[in-house]
Amino acid sequence: MSSISLRQIKKSFAGLTILRSVDMEIEKGEFIVILGPSGCGKSTLLNVIAGLDDCDDGQIVIDGRDVIGLEPSQRGLAMVFQSYALFPAMTVRRNLSFGMEIAGTPKAEIVDKVAWVAKLLQIEPLLERKPSQLSGGQRQRVAIGRALVRSSSICLFDEPLSNLDAKLRAETRVELKQLHETLKSTMIYVTHDQIEAMTMADRVAVMHKGKVEQFAHPQSIYEKPASLFVAGFVGSPAMNFLDGRLDGAGRFITGDIAIDVSAYAFEAKQGAGEAVLGVRCEDITVTERGVPGSLPATLAFTELLGADALGWFDCLGKRFSTRLGIEAARAMKGEVGLTFDMGKASLFSKDTEQRL
Amino acid sequence: MTSWINRQAFRPDITVAAFFAVIALFFYGSIVWTFVMSLTRSTLVPTYEIVGFDQYVKLFTNQRWLVSCLNMVIFGLLYIVGTLAFGMLLAVLADRRIKAESLFRTIFLYPLAVSLVVTGLSWRWLLDPSNGLQALMRSIGWEAFTFDWLTRPDRALYTLVIASIWHSAGLVMVIVLAGLRGIDNDLWKAIRMEGIPLWRAYLQVIFPGMRPVIASCVVLLMSEVIRGYDLIIAMTKGGPGISTEMPAKFAVDFYFARVNLGLASAASIMMLVLSLVLLAPYFYSEFRRRT
Repeated sequence: MSSISLRQIKKSFAGLTILRSVDMEIEKGEFIVILGPSGCGKSTLLNVIAGLDDCDDGQIVIDGRDVIGLEPSQRGLAMVFQSYALFPAMTVRRNLSFGMEIAGTPKAEIVDKVAWVAKLLQIEPLLERKPSQLSGGQRQRVAIGRALVRSSSICLFDEPLSNLDAKLRAETRVELKQLHETLKSTMIYVTHDQIEAMTMADRVAVMHKGKVEQFAHPQSIYEKPASLFVAGFVGSPAMNFLDGRLDGAGRFITGDIAIDVSAYAFEAKQGAGEAVLGVRCEDITVTERGVPGSLPATLAFTELLGADALGWFDCLGKRFSTRLGIEAARAMKGEVGLTFDMGKASLFSKDTEQRL
Repeated sequence: MTSWINRQAFRPDITVAAFFAVIALFFYGSIVWTFVMSLTRSTLVPTYEIVGFDQYVKLFTNQRWLVSCLNMVIFGLLYIVGTLAFGMLLAVLADRRIKAESLFRTIFLYPLAVSLVVTGLSWRWLLDPSNGLQALMRSIGWEAFTFDWLTRPDRALYTLVIASIWHSAGLVMVIVLAGLRGIDNDLWKAIRMEGIPLWRAYLQVIFPGMRPVIASCVVLLMSEVIRGYDLIIAMTKGGPGISTEMPAKFAVDFYFARVNLGLASAASIMMLVLSLVLLAPYFYSEFRRRT
C-alpha cells in the first residue's frame, strides 16, 4: 500500500529514445495497467521503476522517498516476470523463502510468511515440488507468491499471463483481480493485451513511442480516447475512422457529404480545420439508403460472433464495422445508409492527432 | 527399371544395418574377444584354452595394478574437481561481460588444441628441476626456490593433475559458458530483485539449474581419466618408480612390452567395468528424467 510518483522519466539507449518524459502519479492501492504495443517502452518503464534499468533523467518517488540510485532489492517492491524466473533447483518452499533468508529475516517469520502466502494462493500441496514438476499456471502462482512474500505493498507484473493458454489466462486474470482486492496492494501491470487492461485496471496508461498517451479509467479510455493512437489501439474491432474537415459551424465535411456534429462535446472551443472522425462499431446505426444525414454504404460481409454479429460495409472508400444483432445480420443485404451517434463519436485534429 | 528402383525407394534400414554390422563386429566383437582372452593363459599369441578367472586373481594381487587403480582414483578426483572449479570460474568471469571476451576464450580454449603429448613434454620441461621453473627462479636470484614435484615419487602424480587441468579447463569453460548464455534474463532480474549476492546466485541458483550441462562435463572428464595414457607417457613414463602408473598404461605395457595377453585383457575388461560403474548414475538420471 504505497504511492509511487514518476516525474519526467527519460531514457535513451544507443541514440534511440525509449522513454521521453514519462509522468505518472500512482495512488496507494491502485491497480495500474501499462498498455501498449511491443516496443513502446512499457517494459523498460517497469524495469526503471524496479531499478533493473537506469534512467537518464527523472525522479521516482515511492512513499515520499526518492529511490533513484537504490538497488532493486532496497526499493521495497517485488516483481513477477513473464517467464516466471523461478529458481530451478529449489523446491517451491525454498523459492519462497530464499530471498528472506538472504535478507536475514528471522526463521519463525519466514515460516509464517511462507505459510500465509501458500494458503492465500492455494499452493500448499506444491511446496515440496521443484519448478520443473509444475504446470505453467502453478509456476505462475509460485512466482506471484515469491513476489508477495517479498513485498505485499507494491507488486510489478511484466506480462505475467502471456505464457498461459487462453482459458487459464482468463481464470488467472480474475484471481489476480481478487488478490488485489484482498491485499489492497499497489500493483503495476504491463501488458499488450487490452482485455487484461480493460478488466483489471483501476486506471490504464496507454503508451506509444515512449510516451504516455492517456492515463485514465479504462472506460473513459474506451469512450473518450485522448489521441488517434489510443482510439485505434484500444477496442476490437478497431475504431472506424473518416478523414475530413470541420467547417467551424457544427459540420464535418467529407467529400460532398456533411455530417452534423452539433451533438459532439468538444474539449475546447470548436474550430475549423482538417480532422479525423472516429466512431466505434456499436455507435453506428444501419438505416435505409437515403435517410437524411446517413452515409451511403454497401454490405461487404457479416461475421457471426455467437452473442452478436459484425457487419462490414464499404463506405466512402473505407471499410466500416458495425455491431448488429444476429437476426439483423442474417437479414442484412445490399445498399444501406449508416448513421453515426455523434454524442459517442470522437474527433481528432489531423495534425496534432489529439482529441478535439 | 526406373519404376522398380522407385518402388524400392530409399531403404534406411539397409544403410543402418551395414553400419550396425561394422559396429557389432569391430567394437562389440573386440570386447567379446578381449573378454575371452582374459579367461585364457595367452602370452605372446592367443590361445583358446579357458582357465577361468585366474588372470583376474593375478591382476588383483599385482602391486603395480593396485597402485595404478589408486593413482587413477586420486588423479581422477583432483582432476575432475579442479577442472570443473577452474573452468566454471573462467566461465563466470567471461560471463560477466569482460572486455575482449573472445580473446580470453580463445586463449583458454587453446590448450585443448594442443596434443596431450606436446602438453606433457612442455610441462615436463617446465617442471624439470634442473632446467625448468626451479632453475629459472634460482638463476634470477631466488636460491631457495624449490619445486621438484616431478621427480618426487609422492608428488609426481600432482604434476599430472596440474598439466591436465591446464589442458581441459578451457573445454569446461566453453561448455559452461554456453550454458550460462542460455540462462533466462528474467532469472537474473529475479536474482537482483531478491538482492542475492553474486557468488550465492551462481552457487545456489545458476549452477544447480545447469545440472545436465555439468553432468556432461563430468562424463567427458571421466573418459579422459580412464583412458589417460599419452600425457603420462610424455610427462613421467609412469615414474618415478611406479608412482604415476595408470590402468591404461598398465594394459598397454602388458599387451606389447611384457607380452602377457591374458593379464592385459583382464586389465582392459576391468577398465570397461569401471567405466560402466562410473557412468551408470549419469545414464540412470538421464533415463529417469525422460520417463
